[in-house]
Amino acid sequence: MGSEFVALTLPPLIIATLAALACALPGNFLILRRQAMVGDAMAHVVLPGIVAAFLLTGSASTPVMLAGAMAAAALSSAMIEGIRRFAGVETGAAMGVTFTTMFAAGVLLLEMSHASGVHLDVEHALYGNLESLIWFDATGWASLLDPTALRGLPPQIAGLGMVTALVAGAVFLFWRPLTIATFDESFAATAGIPVKLLSAGLVGLTALAAVAAFSAVGSILTIAMLICPPATARLLTDDLRAQVVLSMVFATLSAIGGTLIAGYVPPLIGMPGTVSASGMIAVTSGVMLALATFAPRRGLTTPQA
Amino acid sequence: MWDALLLQSGYNAALVSIGAALLGIAAGAVGAFVNLRRRALVSDAMAHATLPGVGLAFLVMVAFGGEGRNLAGLLTGAALSAALGLWAVQRLSRTRLPEDTAIGAVLSTFYGAGVVILTVVQELNAGRPAGLEGFLLGSTAGMLRADAMLIAGGGATVLLALWLLRRPLTMVAFDAPHARMMGVSPTWTDAALMLLTLGVVLLGLRVVGLILIVALLITPATAARMWTNRAGMVAAIAGGIGAVCGYIGAATSAAVPDLPTGPVIVVLAFAAFVLSALFAPNRGMIARALSRLRLRRKLGAAHGI
Repeated sequence: MGSEFVALTLPPLIIATLAALACALPGNFLILRRQAMVGDAMAHVVLPGIVAAFLLTGSASTPVMLAGAMAAAALSSAMIEGIRRFAGVETGAAMGVTFTTMFAAGVLLLEMSHASGVHLDVEHALYGNLESLIWFDATGWASLLDPTALRGLPPQIAGLGMVTALVAGAVFLFWRPLTIATFDESFAATAGIPVKLLSAGLVGLTALAAVAAFSAVGSILTIAMLICPPATARLLTDDLRAQVVLSMVFATLSAIGGTLIAGYVPPLIGMPGTVSASGMIAVTSGVMLALATFAPRRGLTTPQA
Repeated sequence: MWDALLLQSGYNAALVSIGAALLGIAAGAVGAFVNLRRRALVSDAMAHATLPGVGLAFLVMVAFGGEGRNLAGLLTGAALSAALGLWAVQRLSRTRLPEDTAIGAVLSTFYGAGVVILTVVQELNAGRPAGLEGFLLGSTAGMLRADAMLIAGGGATVLLALWLLRRPLTMVAFDAPHARMMGVSPTWTDAALMLLTLGVVLLGLRVVGLILIVALLITPATAARMWTNRAGMVAAIAGGIGAVCGYIGAATSAAVPDLPTGPVIVVLAFAAFVLSALFAPNRGMIARALSRLRLRRKLGAAHGI
């Protein structure tokens, strides 16, 4: 548990934790607004956005990927609204049509352009590539204080750190209007809060968080990070502040727990190699949610109106 | 490419294409009722929840000295874990969490567990690809004749069951209380619909893949809805669209081996939706624009403008 840990396990741990935090924050509001599926949709549409941005610019840097994902998020919102209005179908089906089509388009773009190999491939989109984000320059804990070694950290850490800070800053800054609009949208509108803009902003934040998580866990497991920690917290408290804080705790626990279990448990039980860390993170967050359903007052034991 | 479309590229490829077409009919027709009952996203959760079952079934079959890739065996595992996923969605929906949160949590957790099990399969199988990745995005490459027969036969069975159940399904979809009065139990009818959906999901795993099979259920049905207001006709047209998409998708994938089948089928289905939304009489965008124009002319004439 020395140099090897710092080089191989620490960077994935940090990246997973940052991604989980960035997702759980907007997830809290999505759940309360009954918009969990917006998170689902955003997690899927990040893929075509990133692929298109990469093909257009040839760069896989964080700002480019962000721009592509935001554009895809905006396009998908427009598509969902259009399908709902023109085809007269319920929101769920409109979302299903939109995000499956965009995900399929992303996979086809990726397969046909042979953009694979740089940072993107289909496997990455399906499983994430947490394990490959390692720190070559680390020789031990001392490397954390060594500027030259620090420059060799996976670039995702800095990008993710910024995204997480941005998401946290936005939630902190707009806490009051966001809370009011979440619990009573019509009151918020009368009070002069631009509810539509706020709602679009929340979708934007979700897309931002989904981009952040994409590099760590891939498209589909992003949904686990968006939904499971806040849902677990929601079963344990009625206070929004407490819920958000708890969701951050659960997000961190599942990120760290999942990564460590995936890396260290299989050898202990005599299995060759390791298992997928991103998958294990999702499972850990799901197990926490399952346990929370046994919570005394707000779980399964109390019939809900 | 044309050879494949015209059934000229070998007996097996032709069989697979026909199987995919039958699957498309079944999926489209069942999807019409799934859309009416607003179960689109539940079926998505069910589809993702099949992954751990597929992986475990593979491990079990290998442990008992079997081949591991037996489709019927893999589908049995998939059915069991999908049923477990459905149960989990229902259980979580009984708490204070909204249904879409429950769907997202189950979808991502089960998918995560599946990814973990797939990595276990990879490690144990070191070097020999298990071919289970084909279940994610679908692949008709290397499909056995028995598999194609299973899919075609299953599709025909689902269609027959749907035809027998068409009256109770329609009654419950439009007026559940009235159906109850007429002696049709909405609970049992919904359960039957979920069973049919499960059938489509299982049959579609190999061809479309679990991530996108929901699109084959809802997109043709959404497109068909543009053409008619009658439930039976929606199911018939959706079946037709599904058949064409399944057929072309499977044939294309047989001709271009690297292309995953699912995304091709889904993009085709979306194209059918766009065409329907534009050109359908009465509900199509062009027809509506024309009728608006005509109305404006008539009003203008009436007012002497």
